[in-house]
Amino acid sequence: MNRANDPTRDREQLTDPPDDDREPIANPSPYEPDAGGLRQPEVANGEATMRFDLSVIASWIEPGSKVLDLGCGEGDLLYQLKQTKNVEGTGIEMVEAKVLRGIEKGLTVLQGNITEEVQDYAAGTFDYVILSQTLQQVYAPAQLLKTLLDIGHQVVVSFPNFSHWKNRWQICWHGRVPISKQLPFEWYNTPNIRTISIADFQRFLKKMGWRIKRETAINTDHHDRYGNVVTFLPNLRATYGIYLLAKR
Amino acid sequence: MSEYTAHDASGPSVGIVTKQSYTFAEKPAEALVLESGTRLGPVTVAYETYGELSPTRDNVVLIHHALSGDCHAAGYYSKADTKPGWWETMVGPGKGIDTDHYFVVSTSILGSCGGTTGPCSTNPATGKPYGLDFPVVTVGDMVEVQKKLLDHLRIERLLAVVGGSLGGMQALEWSLRFPDRVGGVIALATTMRHSALAIAFNEIARQAIMADPNWNNGHYYDGEKPATGLAVARMIGHVTYLSDVALRRKFGRRLQGKEDFSFQFDDIDFQVESYLRHQGSKFVERFDANSFLYVTKAADYFDLERRAEADSAVKVFAGAKASFLVVSFTSDWLYPTYQSRELVRALKKNNRDVSFCEIKADAGHDAFLIPNQRLSRLIANFLERVRREQSK
Repeated sequence: MNRANDPTRDREQLTDPPDDDREPIANPSPYEPDAGGLRQPEVANGEATMRFDLSVIASWIEPGSKVLDLGCGEGDLLYQLKQTKNVEGTGIEMVEAKVLRGIEKGLTVLQGNITEEVQDYAAGTFDYVILSQTLQQVYAPAQLLKTLLDIGHQVVVSFPNFSHWKNRWQICWHGRVPISKQLPFEWYNTPNIRTISIADFQRFLKKMGWRIKRETAINTDHHDRYGNVVTFLPNLRATYGIYLLAKR
Repeated sequence: MSEYTAHDASGPSVGIVTKQSYTFAEKPAEALVLESGTRLGPVTVAYETYGELSPTRDNVVLIHHALSGDCHAAGYYSKADTKPGWWETMVGPGKGIDTDHYFVVSTSILGSCGGTTGPCSTNPATGKPYGLDFPVVTVGDMVEVQKKLLDHLRIERLLAVVGGSLGGMQALEWSLRFPDRVGGVIALATTMRHSALAIAFNEIARQAIMADPNWNNGHYYDGEKPATGLAVARMIGHVTYLSDVALRRKFGRRLQGKEDFSFQFDDIDFQVESYLRHQGSKFVERFDANSFLYVTKAADYFDLERRAEADSAVKVFAGAKASFLVVSFTSDWLYPTYQSRELVRALKKNNRDVSFCEIKADAGHDAFLIPNQRLSRLIANFLERVRREQSK
């Protein structure tokens, strides 16, 4: 029984092949101005090209509402929401190149650190505050969520489900820290400082006394473009948990 | 205006342009009342325009120049002219501020020497240049003069106001003084108020001018100019517009045309010395020493918190209605990013629509004047968006 001593072979079988469409956050893609001129072409940013988890979030947002998207990246979700639901949106993003992309799409984007930037808004400024796949990188998540529930009437939170069976398999069978499409980093270069499971997050919400207005667990394909909602054993089978929260 | 087809790295030029002027407040009763309470008249404002005004007059972009600029933002004065306007790389057909789409108005500021009334203009009371009899003016006064011109041109609403540094202050002032007339504000490398550091450098520069015996309390227009003082003032300013990295890269400790130190004071040793002396003497040819005093004073006085009589930045933008784009540059130590963030925070607290980006650039404060594809794209797309939202 030498399988555990041959990590590379097993690892390759179990780990998703290296992905090409998603750069680790710690190593952002270089900004490449397109040769076609200064103006951003009107990109068709339909459902099919947006990540599945973002499509789920988009479907929860009421038309015409005021939205704050934290860690908005290049603004795919906000762009979609602006086009299809006429929302008044603001994005916050740390990486300069992504901020530039967002503003070039005609979005309102602020470059800055989430934890600091949210302090400047008055209570109830937004209808929705979206924290998409960032919770696992936040230093003080309880405090941050409390602030978000203050500045927004409702808060959307999504995170990669650490207790997905593939992750469990990597830990239990190989004794290795899981690497997957949703958690694509090695221990030495991951920006994630927390591991969250759907079960843990539910316990946390209960403890905080916040109201869950909607919740869904999804399982996505390799590129996260397509997926399905998981209702049976979500803590085991879902790659992401998505929640719509309110204070009460 | 396309008979001149000079191309630079950023594309074609607006071509041959003409400096125009408009004079108002010619009767004492119509005099411009300045922020200080002093009355000023007549007032001439020099300006240039690029592009075509749309039939509905809704495509106007007003450009504000910085400390030492003037209304000549783009194009050339003649076919023999080798030096284009100061923002040639940003303003023109297909550029960041696209003159194929927008009607661009650029004015010279009050108190300076770019054709708009200033200390070197003739004082109607004496028939001689004003000198120090010219009243101290503020950024607010500069903006009032620009508004008079736009009224004269029958331009009610500005799609956007754009400026860097002192120009950014004017843009911010526009958004507060005439909130219903401004759609978008682009504020580059600027601040809501000068830091002690910025005031300190301005004061050193002013003292250099006033210490020059030729300055003669501002009465030098019929004799020798205070050339040494003004050159030193410019040298100080120039250093604050650059950065440690930019200076290191451009000059390092390289010597100017020699192998070893000269061991003298009347000779130039380092390249950076040669560069600064060159910048200083070039500036003396085109700028008025008294104007330098007035314009730096206006920049030092600018303080949006004080203006709003606010006890904190929170209330400053309560009256503003525009959308804002704020840009800072990493190596700018004259108006560092924290000052842009302060501005952004004040805008957020007033629920204003604001985008902010800190662009990585080594060039220091002057980064906004240097060709930068990122900045051009930001400005182009922000203007596009403001126009789209305005026409909704």
